Amino acid sequence: MNDTVLVIAEQRNNQLNPHSLEVIAAGQQLAAQQGLSLVAALPGATLDAGAASLAETRLDDLLLVQHDLLEPYTADAYCAALGQLMAELNPKFVLIPHTYQARDFAPKLAASLDRSLISDCVGIKPGESGPVFVRQLFQGKVNADVVALGEPPYFVSLQAGCWPAESVESGSATPRSMDVSLDASQIRARAEAPERGAAQAVDLSSAEIIVSVGNGIEKEENIEIARQLAAAIGGELGASRPVIDEGWLPLERQIGSSGQTVAPKLYLALGISGSSQHLVGMKGAKTIVAVNKDANAPIFKHADYGIVGDVMEVMPALIKALQG
Amino acid sequence: MKIGVCIKQVPAKDSPIAINEDGRWIREDDLKYELCGPDEYALEAAIQIKEQHGGEVVAVSLGPARSTDVLRTALAKGADRAVHIQLDAPEVTPPLPAAKALAEALSKESFDLILSGLQSDDQGFGQTGVIVAELLGIAHTTVVVDLEVTDGEVKVKRELEGGWYQSLSLPLPAMLAIQSGINTPRYASFKGIIAAKKKPLESVPAAASTEAHQQTLKIYVPEKTKDTQFLEGDPDDAAQALIAKLKTEAGILS
Ligand SMILES: Cc1cc2nc3c(=O)[nH]c(=O)nc-3n(C[C@H](O)[C@H](O)[C@H](O)COP(=O)(O)OP(=O)(O)OC[C@H]3O[C@@H](n4cnc5c(N)ncnc54)[C@H](O)[C@@H]3O)c2cc1C
Ligand SMILES: Nc1ncnc2c1ncn2[C@@H]1O[C@H](COP(=O)(O)O)[C@@H](O)[C@H]1O
Repeated sequence: MNDTVLVIAEQRNNQLNPHSLEVIAAGQQLAAQQGLSLVAALPGATLDAGAASLAETRLDDLLLVQHDLLEPYTADAYCAALGQLMAELNPKFVLIPHTYQARDFAPKLAASLDRSLISDCVGIKPGESGPVFVRQLFQGKVNADVVALGEPPYFVSLQAGCWPAESVESGSATPRSMDVSLDASQIRARAEAPERGAAQAVDLSSAEIIVSVGNGIEKEENIEIARQLAAAIGGELGASRPVIDEGWLPLERQIGSSGQTVAPKLYLALGISGSSQHLVGMKGAKTIVAVNKDANAPIFKHADYGIVGDVMEVMPALIKALQG
Repeated sequence: MKIGVCIKQVPAKDSPIAINEDGRWIREDDLKYELCGPDEYALEAAIQIKEQHGGEVVAVSLGPARSTDVLRTALAKGADRAVHIQLDAPEVTPPLPAAKALAEALSKESFDLILSGLQSDDQGFGQTGVIVAELLGIAHTTVVVDLEVTDGEVKVKRELEGGWYQSLSLPLPAMLAIQSGINTPRYASFKGIIAAKKKPLESVPAAASTEAHQQTLKIYVPEKTKDTQFLEGDPDDAAQALIAKLKTEAGILS
């Protein structure tokens, strides 16, 4: 008992969410470091494809938590099923990808066992009395070292993009079904199947140059200069969420976890702070330029080139430099 | 409809951040504070539901005495009442004990709907509202980008990653964690600010904190992961230097 690291993997439409593999990689490292065994569990209704992907990784056990009532996803069904898994497995650590689905069920699952989750971690390092979990405060401006206290299980969710999926050790796990009993009356939500939002008129994923504006643009009328800069440099206009929330640019230009994932040759981040939800959508850009008036903005940690300054002065200067 | 809305006071976004002496939180001496960004949307959603269906909006905040500022803001924007749960050092309180203190206060009233922001701008646990729902034994959902209250239930659209959505209906009472962009938060009117002075703001002590299951050892500024080349000088010099480097070093522009 208490001798396992449990990873709760995620799938949708019989496809493994690749973030799950990153968490397997983290779980393999944590299990080795702590001398624990590693078990992965996959909840859902149709699991064969997801199970096949997980079976190729080095695990001590692979549990399929299968029930028709687990699809479409609801927090109630997940917590009821995973609660049974917790009781049976009694894990020491529970690692979960910090997806939108995990945001929805993991705090409830942990609280149902009188625990709280150490959420959205970007690192795990060895400490004096067990692992130290690194999480971000102030949207990435500050890191915090957090330890788990009291009795296990310790619930931890991990941010996407922090443990390379390529570092997963491969193996051959044999999927094993675990029976869970669920009743429709336990599920308070009437949930529909996920659906894709309105078709995107703009596909930024193939753009070679993206000029992206954030909250630092300050006013709607300032978008025009960004548009001119995009034209001058031959790029597409993109934006962080606040600019879209304000209605200054259409949703199809949003970059990040809720928007598009892009990998241009050049990404100009203008007045964008560099939150994890934005970074996940553009970290793959080959060259990143950041312009920000705050020299300590987290975006500079990912930028190849940086200008500390006011976007409203730097944008016209860039247009001039391109024309000259 | 009786609607409770959880709002948090956080350091203002443009406040300079410096780590304090004990290394567990930031220096508070010169900080300015503001209403947490996502909570602006939750508050606006609460006021709009009341405007449509009638009822009452009660704003609730857990924190030190200064937190009453955001409650006054909520009252000025249209909340009817406010409850301040006194807690002197919220920054060292993990999400579970914080949610317990909130749930304890919220349980004294029977709300049809409880709203929270999705994630606080300072600690960013992304958990508090969900735990409150679990403690109160009510249904919940998160990342809510659209909502409609009908007879005895609330229909919502929740955002999934990469442009996907899920629609669902929850029976009332329910808790919703609201995503940014769901509405356009209003400003407080002058009349609202005057009216707020007469609205009830009650202060209650936080329920005794139970054992924490996590502890922050220290906080620090993260190390750089890339060697950024900073281009100095006035905007024109920096811009010219950048464009030159993009052409020569990065080989991007021709
Ligand atoms: C579940 C979830 C999903 C999300 N999905 C997304 C997503 O898909 N995409 C996304 O972008 N965000 C997303 N977010 C929001 C994200 O957490 C951040 O709030 C957002 O990315 C911040 O945008 P920003 O950097 O433009 O604004 P801020 O964080 O406000 O940063 C503005 C920056 O501009 C700088 N600045 C201000 N004025 C100037 C000036 N005059 N000149 C130069 N610099 C200036 C400031 O120093 C600051 O660094 C999501 C959040 C959650 C919780
Ligand atoms: N101290 C608090 N007082 C009132 N509401 C809070 C408090 N902490 C968190 N919340 C609510 O819970 C949401 C999520 O916060 P967090 O779990 O810290 O990310 C916030 O947006 C608020 O709506």
